[in-house]
Amino acid sequence: MVSEHIVASFDRDLEGIQAKVMRMGGLVEVALRDAVQALEEGDLDAADRIRRDDQAIDRLNEEIRSETAQLLALRAPTAIDLRVVLSVMAISASLERIGDYAKNIAKRSHVVAEGARINGSIGALKRMSHFVIAMISDALDAYIQHDTALASDVFERDREADQMYNTLFRALLTHMMEDHRNITAGMHLHFIAKNIERAGDHATTIAEQTIYMVTGETPDDDRPKGDTTPMHGMEAGD
Amino acid sequence: MYDLPQTDSHVIHEDLKVRARDVQVYYGATHAIKDVSVDIADKTVTAFIGPSGCGKSTFLRCINRMNDTIDVARIEGDILLDGEDIYDPAVDPVQLRARVGMVFQKPNPFPKSIYDNVAYGPKIHGMAKTKSDLDDIVERALRRGAIWEEVKDRLLEPGTGLSGGQQQRLCIARAVATEPEVLLMDEPCSALDPIATAQVEELIDELRQNYSVVIVTHSMQQAARVSQKTAFFHLGNLVEYGDTGQIFTNPQDPRTESYITGRIG
Repeated sequence: MVSEHIVASFDRDLEGIQAKVMRMGGLVEVALRDAVQALEEGDLDAADRIRRDDQAIDRLNEEIRSETAQLLALRAPTAIDLRVVLSVMAISASLERIGDYAKNIAKRSHVVAEGARINGSIGALKRMSHFVIAMISDALDAYIQHDTALASDVFERDREADQMYNTLFRALLTHMMEDHRNITAGMHLHFIAKNIERAGDHATTIAEQTIYMVTGETPDDDRPKGDTTPMHGMEAGD
Repeated sequence: MYDLPQTDSHVIHEDLKVRARDVQVYYGATHAIKDVSVDIADKTVTAFIGPSGCGKSTFLRCINRMNDTIDVARIEGDILLDGEDIYDPAVDPVQLRARVGMVFQKPNPFPKSIYDNVAYGPKIHGMAKTKSDLDDIVERALRRGAIWEEVKDRLLEPGTGLSGGQQQRLCIARAVATEPEVLLMDEPCSALDPIATAQVEELIDELRQNYSVVIVTHSMQQAARVSQKTAFFHLGNLVEYGDTGQIFTNPQDPRTESYITGRIG
């Protein structure tokens, strides 16, 4: 933070909200990691636990929403304070979405456990999830340390996450075309891959919000789009 | 719905009205304003903000030579109104103040009727040839002051009998009666309740159609609400001057940031 407010309770309010965001970030990282692990190990108890635990993430999101609303109304923040509040709102919304993706992955692990598997795909999903969890974790570190260099790095890494998703997408498509009995598994595994890829997009949003909070500017989105699946779909269909 | 224009309060005019260059003000040995240069646009509300004693009111009072009345005050540098030096010996300060009107912190109506409060300026500047001319000027000014409807049936009652908010709007009507080009307002709402404040703020926005308005305020929220340009003063220096939206979301100087966010600078 810049320095302390004359009104000390203003600092306490801002710090309290940011602490909640970090707590939420921790829960979300664990949820995503555990969801992929439960998928790999076919641990349905763990999968059910992740679905239940998502409520805690949603509750934190609600608390952050109402606390930021109150802070906006009561303290009319400006400049860095305003940017902190705006970024907190966007970041907690992103974390809440990532939590939902983890829950969705956990839900699908039942089907996958019933034998809907395709060789090599779980390993690829796991690698992708590790990559994306590192993005989320670095984005949150960048946020709390006001580190724009690390945030830019996360921002750039999203392209790689998109490429991992594309590769997996093509592999699943091939399996499904080769043998239609793979379609159920292929569809579920694809949705899981898509969930992880979307979690990466939200990590990028957190990084973007960090840059906005620190500099007051939003980074130009001139990254080449890594997600080219619509085109692959066309090729595959031909 | 999609093509609605941006609210007018965000539109920024660039026509120059007042140009100040390297202005220094001394009160005896005290250097109150240090090297201030600023361009004030026409048909724009410019807010001066800063902590007490930062020089914002002093600088405001330079624009219509109110500091001339203080013996120990000494002013250097140039202040140009439409390109003319207002400190040129040939300029009559009384004529200047007809062009650059002022509204003060506390409503200060003359101990006269509502009508005479407004008619006083136009009379001494010979703006009306007949009584009916003068009546028109008074009505127009009271309408611009957004108080006509409330006082039209009691024009001959004393101005001091009005409520605080009404008195302040009467003073604004009095200031605009001489058809000024620039209106200076020194904390015009600090003695008013929130309703009267809102009425004066709405009035300021309307006045902007015709005048260049410069307002000194201690209320950050008021500066943010009414102005298009904001200047931040600190210890006699003009620290930062820019579009109000930028100053309140992304100030460039750490001193501005500390002040507007309520931190110990």
